[in-house]
Amino acid sequence: MKPPPFAYVAPDSLEEAIACAARYEADGKILAGGQSLMPVLNFRLAHPAVLIDLNRVKDLSGIAPRPEGGLSIGAMTRHRAVEWSDDVRRHCPLMSVAIAHVGHVQIRNRGTIGGSLSHADPAAELPAVVLACDAELCVAGPNGSRAIAAEDFFQGVFTTAIDSGEILTEIRLPPWPGNRRFGFQEINRRHGDFALAGAAVWLDTEEADRCTAARLVLFGVSETPLRARMAEQYLIGQTITPARITEAASLAIEGFEPTFDIHASAEYRREVGSVMMRRALQQAAMSDSNARPAT
Amino acid sequence: MNASGDLHAIELTVNGAAVRTEVPGRLTLADFLRDRLRLTGTHLGCEHGVCGACTVVVDGASVRSCLMLAVQADGSNVLTVEGLAESGKLSSLQEAFRAHHALQCGFCTPGLLMTAHAFIEETPDPTVDDVRLAVSGNICRCTGYLPIVEAILSAARARKHGQL
Repeated sequence: MKPPPFAYVAPDSLEEAIACAARYEADGKILAGGQSLMPVLNFRLAHPAVLIDLNRVKDLSGIAPRPEGGLSIGAMTRHRAVEWSDDVRRHCPLMSVAIAHVGHVQIRNRGTIGGSLSHADPAAELPAVVLACDAELCVAGPNGSRAIAAEDFFQGVFTTAIDSGEILTEIRLPPWPGNRRFGFQEINRRHGDFALAGAAVWLDTEEADRCTAARLVLFGVSETPLRARMAEQYLIGQTITPARITEAASLAIEGFEPTFDIHASAEYRREVGSVMMRRALQQAAMSDSNARPAT
Repeated sequence: MNASGDLHAIELTVNGAAVRTEVPGRLTLADFLRDRLRLTGTHLGCEHGVCGACTVVVDGASVRSCLMLAVQADGSNVLTVEGLAESGKLSSLQEAFRAHHALQCGFCTPGLLMTAHAFIEETPDPTVDDVRLAVSGNICRCTGYLPIVEAILSAARARKHGQL
């Protein structure tokens, strides 16, 4: 058998799942869609004593608009359900577009939004999207529930603010304003691969294309998705022009040293990171915020 | 908790037949199909979700059977390449693969057929680009994909025009 020996438990309820997670702590590993964890197990890179499968906890999946605006997505909602959801298209079009870049259809049929976020691969799309959207990530544990801002959630490569014994339960996306335009770009050698570099952006604009708020996020270039604050500040208050987009894209890759590995050098990531940012901003600038379905 | 003796009762449907058995928690769906049910048409290439050879259809959706545990298939309806032909007659998709020479060595074929089978159900009127995207998670090292894409397009057209 390919994976190492483990005991398998499949709780039916969140309470039971939390009790399992608390009981086994570091010996236990949460199994969501399995599209990252199963390869790790098949390679025997991890040896959890107990695998706690969340697939039977029905309450953890589903997509619903929140009464106060915005959207709630259950952690066990499969990528494919997010990709097909009209609610996601309406309330977070950036996520709708980005999720089609996650793996291949067979991966998205099993993979879950919560699994991708808890796994926190630096080159993954969804961490960048929730950071760009100021999402709140809700976790539940033996001491109750808490909401973690996306900003504080990603702490390093494969490392998040989820404590051992806690389970990610829900992703809360704030309302998407009507004057918001977005762009999403990534580069990889083959479609479906992890990004060598990518950018997720939105721009809020008023009359004459003047930018009132901006969010520029790079991913695949550092240990966590990264907000390009200098470039955001540069754009706010300005009219969006091709020259300013180019300037913002070069500002975005300043102030940090990109990661390097067998797939790409730091220099290459710096170069294409800036190109992805420029294209994402162009895409946002050229898109029509009114094109999305009315809420 | 002791992992040895970690057995779980499962009940599922495989290619229309009811299966009731016990499996260890760590048995993958791919190994279950191949080693327990002797359905060796499902091929194992990379065993970490990259090559697509082990793709099967679970409750209508194409999935990597190397990245799913057999115990997780409890209660579900699994279709493998052995279930495509009915009463020994190749499905229109399989016929199209033959007609278009969409296979050489055949190793990737079961995975491609299962991916394409689920795809055509979901996308009855695909474009060339739709098909290319749909098979992007299946690696073939022989045929260069063109005949595969043509076969899937032609099967989708035949299905749409009722020539099943």
